[in-house]
Amino acid sequence: MSAKLERLAERLTACLKDFPEGAFTLTRAHGELRLDVAAAYYLEAARRLRDTPELAFDEMMDLCGVDYSAYGGETGENRPARRFAVVVHLLSMTQNWRLRVRVFAEEDGAPALSSVTAVWNAADWYEREAFDLFGVVFDGHADLRRILTDYGFVGHPFRKDFPLTGHVEMRYDPEQGRVIYEAATTSPREVTPRIRREAGYGAARGAGKGGAS
Amino acid sequence: MREIRNYTINFGPQHPAAHGVLRLILEMDGEVIERADPHIGLLHRATEKLVETRAWAQALPYMDRLDYVSMMCNEHAYCLAVEKLLGVEVPERARYIRTMFDEVTRLLNHLLWVGCHALDVGAMTMALYTFREREDLMDAYEAVSGARMHAAYYRIGGVSRDLPEKMPQYEESRWKNARQVREMNANRQGSLLDFLEDFTERFPKCHSEYHTLLTDNRIWKQRLVDIGVVSPERARQLGFTGAMLRASGVEWDLRKKQPYAAYERMEFDVPVGTRGDSYDRYLVRMEEMAQSNRIIRQCIDWLRAHPGAVISDNHKITPPPREAISSNMEALIHHFKLFSEGIQVPEGEVYAAIEHPKGEMGVYAISDGANKPYRLKIRAPGFAHLAAMDEMARGHMLADVVTIIGSQDVVFGEIDR
Repeated sequence: MSAKLERLAERLTACLKDFPEGAFTLTRAHGELRLDVAAAYYLEAARRLRDTPELAFDEMMDLCGVDYSAYGGETGENRPARRFAVVVHLLSMTQNWRLRVRVFAEEDGAPALSSVTAVWNAADWYEREAFDLFGVVFDGHADLRRILTDYGFVGHPFRKDFPLTGHVEMRYDPEQGRVIYEAATTSPREVTPRIRREAGYGAARGAGKGGAS
Repeated sequence: MREIRNYTINFGPQHPAAHGVLRLILEMDGEVIERADPHIGLLHRATEKLVETRAWAQALPYMDRLDYVSMMCNEHAYCLAVEKLLGVEVPERARYIRTMFDEVTRLLNHLLWVGCHALDVGAMTMALYTFREREDLMDAYEAVSGARMHAAYYRIGGVSRDLPEKMPQYEESRWKNARQVREMNANRQGSLLDFLEDFTERFPKCHSEYHTLLTDNRIWKQRLVDIGVVSPERARQLGFTGAMLRASGVEWDLRKKQPYAAYERMEFDVPVGTRGDSYDRYLVRMEEMAQSNRIIRQCIDWLRAHPGAVISDNHKITPPPREAISSNMEALIHHFKLFSEGIQVPEGEVYAAIEHPKGEMGVYAISDGANKPYRLKIRAPGFAHLAAMDEMARGHMLADVVTIIGSQDVVFGEIDR
């Protein structure tokens, strides 16, 4: 498997070699390859990934938004500099390999990226979803509407600063004879177990026995 | 000249043929669809956000509720992702159990699908036949996990317990006398494996009954042939996976191409369609059922001969055995830590995909080193399929929309997540 990843990494580097310094980086972990690409080169990189026959990423499996603003807890160790990223998972059926492409939106306040719907038509609904849940705007998307949340929903619920209980709740009001929205009355509850981040958890004993690394 | 204008009609969200809560806005020219705009999200429960506030092990039961007709497959995708992050080895017996139950789940899913699809299209009796077999498979679920649907049987590092030696029995009641109950319990006298073996022997006959009812049925063919044709190029472009893609003539099955669990040691064939219409999707899924039956049979034979552990013995990740807790200090500490804080997963990100009955089910997990996921994205196969609704329905008649929804095999638990 690793020889295959090696080959994929080589071909990727060759394919994107005319990009300026720092426009892309490759990371390997858990037997998977991630390509980080600068927002300005995202669309161009997507086109090349699909059209270069040695890579042949003809199918887009998944596209999702990620909000990195709470990454690493309070200390924020290893937190990326930018807040919003879009992660695309690609699959090549002819070469039988996968690639993860991550692109950070330039601005944290109004994240915007180019749309890849023209490259992979499947991106249509996935981009609508990322827009709906994270508020990432995709330039060039023909029909960027909300998809999962309610009609007339305000806010982007999967952002880390959006409370789990939401801002509004709805009920049927017998006097007005219709469903009305009100401010949420549920108070945020502590449902998460105490959050722990222990360096090298399970490594001391587990390494020899169960094969934990 | 008379002015002609398009009609817009609303289909669903409470329509029996909408398979849940699909709302379709259809722009019609007479009875011909000009544009179909699916409105989804009516079953959106924000699973991905909820699990961000739960420990890693607590997220598992949420997976059952995604695609609620193929429960264990969803769990499998999640377990694979977390196991990849942790680097934990799953015992071989657990891998075979997972393979077997993945195929039981595939049968469950396809049986429900063919029954309901036929019901939508007008073949009333199909559902009665397929639900008869589903009942037995649900009993297998119940025997192994205690729940008929939301099993929560797979665990990070294996499965929760070994296969039971006893099957649950029917009991006498006001409606069933002793003789009837004895007959119903006849194939439940042995272990779960005996019961499933008996099922795999019975199933080919049931399978041919379905073929007799539908495959050459004139009405069934009139409703399905050449409806919702998707070319292989378009199928790839639209992100199709699973039976939808194979019906369009692309030979792609993750069980063969990127094997997981014990699939590399299984013998089975991958059916591929030629025309990419609803009828081919029907035939592909029907053949998949026969292949699932073969795989289950192979798993049973292996599991009989190879007893062993079914969950990893790394107790930083899996709970220690109950007996050890009262005698072993370390086991007690592990137990306490696991159930109060849960496991901590090293920082990193993975994408794990399985061949779910509906297509590729992927779980993309990001961990920042805490005892809960930082972000979990579920790649639901039905999402991409339903997105192609507009393209597939355009130019067809209103009644064909029902066929297309049926042949896409959509379930809203996974699409809305």
